[in-house]
Amino acid sequence: MMTTAGPSHPPITILKRTRADLGLAQNKFLKKTAKGKVLSFLRERYVRDDIPCGFEGCDQCRDLPGYKPVLQKGYRHTKIDPHYLVIDTNIVLHQMDLLEAFPPDLALIIPSTTIRETRHRSLPLYNRLQQLVQDDERKVWIWWNEERRETATHAEENEGPNDRNDRAIRLTCHFYNQHLPIGHPLIVLLTDDRRNRELAEAEGLVCCNTKTYVDGLVPEVRQDLVDLVVGGVDAEVVTRGRRVYEEYLSQDVLNAGIKTGRFVQGYFNASQYNYLEGTVSGILLAGRQAMNRSVQGDLVVVELLPKAEWRAPGQDVVDADVDQRNDDVENEVEAKEKIQENVGRPVPTGKVVGVVKRNWRAYVCHLDRSSLLPEAQLASLSQQTVFATPLSVTLPRIRLRTRQAPTLVDQKILVTIDSWSPFSRYPDGHFVRALGKVESKEAEQESLLLEYEVPYRPFGKAILNCLPVEGDSWKVPPKGDLVWRDREDLRDLIVCSIDPPGCQDIDDALHARELPNGNIEAGVHIADVSHFVLPNNPMDSEAASRGTTVYLVDKRIDMLPALLGTNLCSLRPFVERLAFSVIWEMNDDAEIVNVRFVKSVIASKEAFTYEAAQNRKDGPLKDPLTQSIRLLNTLAIKLKAARMRAGALSLSSPELKIHLASSESAEPIDVEQKQLRETNSLVEEFMLLANISVAAKIQETFPATAVLRRHGEPPKTNFEALQDILHKRRGMTLDVSSSKALAESLDACVDPQRPEFNTLVRIMATRCMLAAEYFGSGSVSKEAYRHYGLATPIYTHFTSPIRRYADVLVHRQLAAAINYTPLHPSLQSKSHIEKTLNVVNKRHRLAQMAGRASVEFYVGLALKGAARREDAFVIRTFRNGLAVFVSALGLEGLIMFKDIEYDAENYIITVGGVTIGVFDRVRVEVGVEKDKNTQRGKVKMVMIEPVNQTL
Amino acid sequence: MASSRLEILNDGGLRHDARRPYELRSLSLELSTHPNADGSSTVSQGLTTVSASVFGPREPKQRAGSVHDKASVVVEVGVAPWAGAREVRRTRGDKRLLEIAAAIRQTFEPVIMTHLYPRSEIAVHIQVISADGGILPTAINATTLALVDAGISLIDYVTSLSLGLHLTQPLLDLSAPEEADLPTLVVAALPSGKVTLAQMETRLHVDRFEEMLTLGVEGCGVLKTEMDRVVKDRTTRVVERMDKVIQGRITGD
Repeated sequence: MMTTAGPSHPPITILKRTRADLGLAQNKFLKKTAKGKVLSFLRERYVRDDIPCGFEGCDQCRDLPGYKPVLQKGYRHTKIDPHYLVIDTNIVLHQMDLLEAFPPDLALIIPSTTIRETRHRSLPLYNRLQQLVQDDERKVWIWWNEERRETATHAEENEGPNDRNDRAIRLTCHFYNQHLPIGHPLIVLLTDDRRNRELAEAEGLVCCNTKTYVDGLVPEVRQDLVDLVVGGVDAEVVTRGRRVYEEYLSQDVLNAGIKTGRFVQGYFNASQYNYLEGTVSGILLAGRQAMNRSVQGDLVVVELLPKAEWRAPGQDVVDADVDQRNDDVENEVEAKEKIQENVGRPVPTGKVVGVVKRNWRAYVCHLDRSSLLPEAQLASLSQQTVFATPLSVTLPRIRLRTRQAPTLVDQKILVTIDSWSPFSRYPDGHFVRALGKVESKEAEQESLLLEYEVPYRPFGKAILNCLPVEGDSWKVPPKGDLVWRDREDLRDLIVCSIDPPGCQDIDDALHARELPNGNIEAGVHIADVSHFVLPNNPMDSEAASRGTTVYLVDKRIDMLPALLGTNLCSLRPFVERLAFSVIWEMNDDAEIVNVRFVKSVIASKEAFTYEAAQNRKDGPLKDPLTQSIRLLNTLAIKLKAARMRAGALSLSSPELKIHLASSESAEPIDVEQKQLRETNSLVEEFMLLANISVAAKIQETFPATAVLRRHGEPPKTNFEALQDILHKRRGMTLDVSSSKALAESLDACVDPQRPEFNTLVRIMATRCMLAAEYFGSGSVSKEAYRHYGLATPIYTHFTSPIRRYADVLVHRQLAAAINYTPLHPSLQSKSHIEKTLNVVNKRHRLAQMAGRASVEFYVGLALKGAARREDAFVIRTFRNGLAVFVSALGLEGLIMFKDIEYDAENYIITVGGVTIGVFDRVRVEVGVEKDKNTQRGKVKMVMIEPVNQTL
Repeated sequence: MASSRLEILNDGGLRHDARRPYELRSLSLELSTHPNADGSSTVSQGLTTVSASVFGPREPKQRAGSVHDKASVVVEVGVAPWAGAREVRRTRGDKRLLEIAAAIRQTFEPVIMTHLYPRSEIAVHIQVISADGGILPTAINATTLALVDAGISLIDYVTSLSLGLHLTQPLLDLSAPEEADLPTLVVAALPSGKVTLAQMETRLHVDRFEEMLTLGVEGCGVLKTEMDRVVKDRTTRVVERMDKVIQGRITGD
């Protein structure tokens, strides 16, 4: 027999099965495929004796693999005797916030049945449960009950899966009672299922529901936990009153309907302007009943109404706060819901008949002051039901029960939705925690991060352990060290970096020089992040889940620990840094003759700001560095011209710059639009070129798994509205047949008297486009690789690995493509790439939104001091008002009028004899108004010209 | 069919069927299970059961099949309709089955001492009775035993094992759900460590391959010990019984 000397793994053994195990040995189940075929599955399963119980000082389990003395003293701070808690699946599914808030010394036993069922039901909750389990501070023990002989079980005849799982969890309690030595802490089963409790009590177990359990805790602990208990809103409220919504159809009916095309599945998108309207894949849902309890982002199933019932989308602005002011929390008085007959072309209209997947999370809310009982305004601690109004206008108000309402009134609070019964107009939720006082900088910042799901916790110890041990004294080792293997020495090159002022994470640097053969060598040098961030270590996983660095006005949430981001990987001047270089040989027309990719060591000669670089270029100096910038600039101009010829779009979205008085004070002094210089475009062109060259290289080497970025061609229908407006208001046409045609017709949309008109059209056109996204090259056909906006057949992100995770992946793939390192197995798996990129795409989108929201918050603060009068452009007309865009502030706002005439066909309104239409310039006063109920600051716009509303 | 919600290896270091990574499924080896064949066996590894029957050495059914200086090996594979093998169609001409048959033939051609049986044919019939991952390795194990049972000269035992890689953790003897989710390597080896078959249908990193192959060969060694025990047990019993018969003849019972 062949054995290697001292194998590094446990011995290979063959499991033996005794006859007694036979009943437990197989697990048979049926599964229905998407086509409706029923398949039967038979899976084998073994039962073990070597699963440890985790009890401190257990003689039988001490030597079993995986044993840790987690279960120590029982929890004492309660009326019940010292005890451990065993939890069932429903507790995890519904009381997760409570579990996370439990004191760390409260020992939990989680049976594997619970874990498995949670995983099956909800992956986000499963992940939160995992974090709970892995937290070393807590005493959480997983008991693999399905695997251990004593507690393994299978469904009995006529026993449903739920009953079976409940029984399995009760068996776990019995096991611990027998297994632990006499005098052990009590085993308490925590479950909210009444039937399960009855059965458990009949079997002689101690059990408890969450509410009673939390009520039994000592007051200090209890007061922190009591509001977190879900199910505080009792069943009575739910059944009282009459049915508001239709019940959802069963899953089978929904599936069948989707398959036959009777129903449509899609994500619910609430209207920004009207809280009683929403859309799902282009189908209009009008009214509360039609939306049927959908919340922004839910995956819902819609039934199309007959054509006779189709309606036009609303042309009114309906403000939820104003409309629902008088709704009572306790009594469901049917408020008048005026559904107006809208003029205009009816569009497909439908109603929600089912929800496939909820997108509920914790929402940042304000407590609605008007929903408080008058006597409770005084500091009464009685429990009462109140409304919480989410920050986002696309979300419904949430009803919750709390004992600390008076203290929460002026705070931002976090609330999650628990359920929404058809008998209740509003969803029921529970309080998670308070973020702080409204408009305090900390509360606003944290609420912003939470609202856009930005992971902002500091990096953990495991992650920081992955950094080089030398810390910030790390240096490029002398030549000859292993680091230098296959690395080119480019320290003598005249390399410089050009970035915005105050930039700390410099991830790119450039150089250019003339070659003896008359051609030009240009190089882009990118921080070699993949040298420090190795695949699959904790730092890498964290970076993958963060996806991107998030830039807020006054804060940056890093993707990588600061040591790497702003020091070791930052290509600072005058120090040696590791880089990944793309070096082209170009001819005079900026056409690429040759390109090579190489890992290198560089020493940057200067870190310019855009402005400084511009001045240097335009200045009189003639040193090599200046020449290099000039050379780069001439190339960049040619590159840009070539790109424009190919039909690249130059789109516009307003970018603002906020001036802060000092880093401490939150008061912004001024807001201005960012200025673009020639050098901005210089850097941009070379980054684009590097990205394109790298994309082609990795796609060629790894056709199935290359990480690329694409921008889909927008469907022509997206532009219809804009085309119609342009045609009717200006007699202009927009040719959307290709990106080149669009670029040209956008160029033609100019108004000689109003230079900003073109920018406005570009902004509106940008909104019609699709979002660019990362993808694995194996998941779409080659034609779909195109980047529409840049008009290039292939594209990726390579140039900012410090702040974007996709770039890190691309670095690894490129390193493998030039045979520098072997490719990590995870980067060869198509499914793994897709999974990772989905996360990155989502994070990227949210990060952009968070950044914008942060700017908006500061713009609001700047306005709070004094209202400003600004020029604005009308971008949309409603029956009762206008939507305008203030380009100086990058703000969009609504202006409402009382008596107006509305011409939907021509996009015009007439107010007091003055006609205003889309694209018209108006003058508005922008100020901030506080909502009395919610204390939420809201931007309010009032028209000054041509109609003065303030009079 | 691969369910994405199946956890290949959970936090407790257990696989979906509660095995640990280096544990093989329960193994049952039976000899002479088919009365008409010259040698036969039934091997179960977990819920995968394969029976193999060997006919020959005999005159080739078709003239063209004979080789003048050695025996030719013919392998046919069938799957029972109830086997639950979703990855193969059960029709006779199915490409997957032909491939398995070819792999078995190639594994055994160098191991059977074919030069001892010139101009003859050794036919191996494989029947998959139930399938739960690892059809090929189980079939190879069954074939070895059937050949031994038929008394055909072999260089040594050939044993075979499938193994997969979950992230960086190798898993031995894969079940069907694991096989669907992981890169899989099938190894067949002689006790000397000589590898007669290494088959892969998915990509696996070159650095991992060597480690996996070594581990596979080691696992094959474990199977061989078990196989050897079963064969010797049976031989001992046969010899004892023959002894009795001979004794009976002598004493005239």
